[in-house]
Amino acid sequence: MTIARRLRRESNSERTRDPTQPQDAAGSERTVSRTAAAIDAAKAQGRAASVGYLPAGYPDKETSIAAAIALVDNGADVLELGIPYSDPVMDGPVIQQATAEVLARGFRISEVFDIVQAVTDATGAAVLVMTYYNLIDRMGADTFARRLAEAGGAGAITPDLIPDEAEEWIAATDAHGLDRVFLSAPTSSPERAARIASSSRGFVYGVSLMGVTGARSDVSDAAERVVSAAKAAGAQRVCVGLGVSTRAHVEEIGAYADGVIVGTALVAALRDGGPDAVGRLASELFANS
Amino acid sequence: MTTTPPTAYRDAAGPYFGDYGGRWMPESLVAALDEVAETFAKAKADPAFTEEYSRLCRDYTGRPSLLSEVPRFAAEAANTPSGARIFLKREDLNHTGSHKINNVLGQALIAGRLGKTRLIAETGAGQHGVATATAAALFGMDCVVYMGAEDTRRQALNVARMRLLGAEVVPVEHGAQTLKDAINEALRDWVASVDTTHYVLGTVAGPHPFPEMVRWFHQVIGEEAREQILSATGKLPDAVAACVGGGSNAMGIFHGFLDDPEVALYGFEAGGDGLETGRHASAITLGRSGVLHGARSYLMQDEDGQTIDSHSISAGLDYPSVGPEHAYLNDAGRVTYSPVTDAECMSAFESLCRTEGIIPAIESAHALAGAARLAADWGEGGADRVIIVNLSGRGDKDVATAATWFDLLPADDNSQAPETGVEQ
Repeated sequence: MTIARRLRRESNSERTRDPTQPQDAAGSERTVSRTAAAIDAAKAQGRAASVGYLPAGYPDKETSIAAAIALVDNGADVLELGIPYSDPVMDGPVIQQATAEVLARGFRISEVFDIVQAVTDATGAAVLVMTYYNLIDRMGADTFARRLAEAGGAGAITPDLIPDEAEEWIAATDAHGLDRVFLSAPTSSPERAARIASSSRGFVYGVSLMGVTGARSDVSDAAERVVSAAKAAGAQRVCVGLGVSTRAHVEEIGAYADGVIVGTALVAALRDGGPDAVGRLASELFANS
Repeated sequence: MTTTPPTAYRDAAGPYFGDYGGRWMPESLVAALDEVAETFAKAKADPAFTEEYSRLCRDYTGRPSLLSEVPRFAAEAANTPSGARIFLKREDLNHTGSHKINNVLGQALIAGRLGKTRLIAETGAGQHGVATATAAALFGMDCVVYMGAEDTRRQALNVARMRLLGAEVVPVEHGAQTLKDAINEALRDWVASVDTTHYVLGTVAGPHPFPEMVRWFHQVIGEEAREQILSATGKLPDAVAACVGGGSNAMGIFHGFLDDPEVALYGFEAGGDGLETGRHASAITLGRSGVLHGARSYLMQDEDGQTIDSHSISAGLDYPSVGPEHAYLNDAGRVTYSPVTDAECMSAFESLCRTEGIIPAIESAHALAGAARLAADWGEGGADRVIIVNLSGRGDKDVATAATWFDLLPADDNSQAPETGVEQ
């Protein structure tokens, strides 16, 4: 698997230098989005990008790093590392329980940057953090962005930050060349979808349904509408998450979205079977057919 | 930096109050918040709505609530028999026993205009949950109340009250199992149910338009108090005091006096075991700017930005942040906020019971203790000065807590007596 990782890293960096690489929706002239590059690489292979979520530091720092590496080794193009937070209002019971355990053992934010660094060094994948905004706010948006960039992180997804409140975060991510991913919902108006598309860099996170994170038996039919609305509003890349937990979901969503995001199912696998189980599930969900 | 002219205080509206407020919320809820904001803006300008709301306040809640002078309390608590006069704004006499009903009836009417058929709410002590369950019964709506599991144990009778009224009560087992965690769970419900459901947020916190809207439904407290005190004393009061958790009763009564610079305004936060112990809920006194539950405000948080669990003998003040307009009024210097410890609060609680025959909510007893402190500080110089205290709720729900605190139970039931080591 080490060779696979090296190949992936080399091919990623090659693409990053490709002058024909299209500009991202945000239109940044200075920065080529690493996340966008990973999504485009998948597209070049005729498939949607595979995006996997795991909580940073769960169940402990070393296992967390091993699980993230297993995820990339088994097909994830983009990683989301969730930063444990005391009040995760967008998360269902599985992720809440995992992150609460991490906090209970005395987790500190600085650990996240170590994990991002270790996973990025080992895999070359685009590693985003997913974080509730107060954790960024407390450190200071610019300091947070600088430390994330220094650790090799590709950017951040901010589930409780809307572009309306994001002036500081947009400036900080611009200054440090990071991707920033805002969410677009089934209820977002065309005007809001346009603002979300133009404010995002890397991709727009299409919320597949009205609810919190957690495995669902069916993919909401709202998901396809969210993608087409975001595209109509100017988003170049839309990845879909919330409730995605089976190979069938991945294939169904992959038919119309640029990327498919799996979270809770992977967290449950890590909880029950460690990094090996994460690798097995990722392989089942993401392996090229 | 916020040197807004005094005439502007009354008119402060969302989304921002100075540097505070806003909408730090998942995108999924923004459309619903916009809808609530638009519907509220139209409703308050619509005579049919304001008449219906006033009728409910009068015929259902029992407004106007009384303004009662409490001379024996003033003499004992302030220990200056010739000192300040203290009046209580009797929100405890409202139907359901607290000010919370003002906001709930207003939001239930808004929910009806939105076509929503289900109300959800968070509750700490149970007062807001009971009020929401009451409004749901009155308007024939479904109701689910989220309550920290710890609070369902502390306030078991209020759980039964809500169930009697037809509401489902969901104990929240996450986190500290108190008010903040109940709000998290209510928000998770709302994200998934927003088509049919209105979230009746119980205080002047949360994302726009809640701080502005909840204040508007409580402004009646300050408007009545202003008229009543002018009628009783022929002048404006020297001070108005209220307890502050999220801060809805305080915003309600303060609003009537915000633009009277001669009226000093005091907000009393829960000091818990004392600020030096770290076990308190004094967000303004010791917190710093942060975002929680949709608003930027003062927040009790650690160096990483994780919320710190608050502590108070009063479940209703046990919240680690505060409404954004309070943060603004603090920075502007218009309102003075300070902590009252559990011990000070319970001393005032006992004093009001014994001198006036009124059992206050433990939340409101923080304001009583603060007013007593103020009057004591004035001493003889306070003669003829007037303080209005917002008595935001009645204490029936707190009898078990008080019985434990004052050791009023038979010896074999006494195993849970709290530590009183911080009492001076």
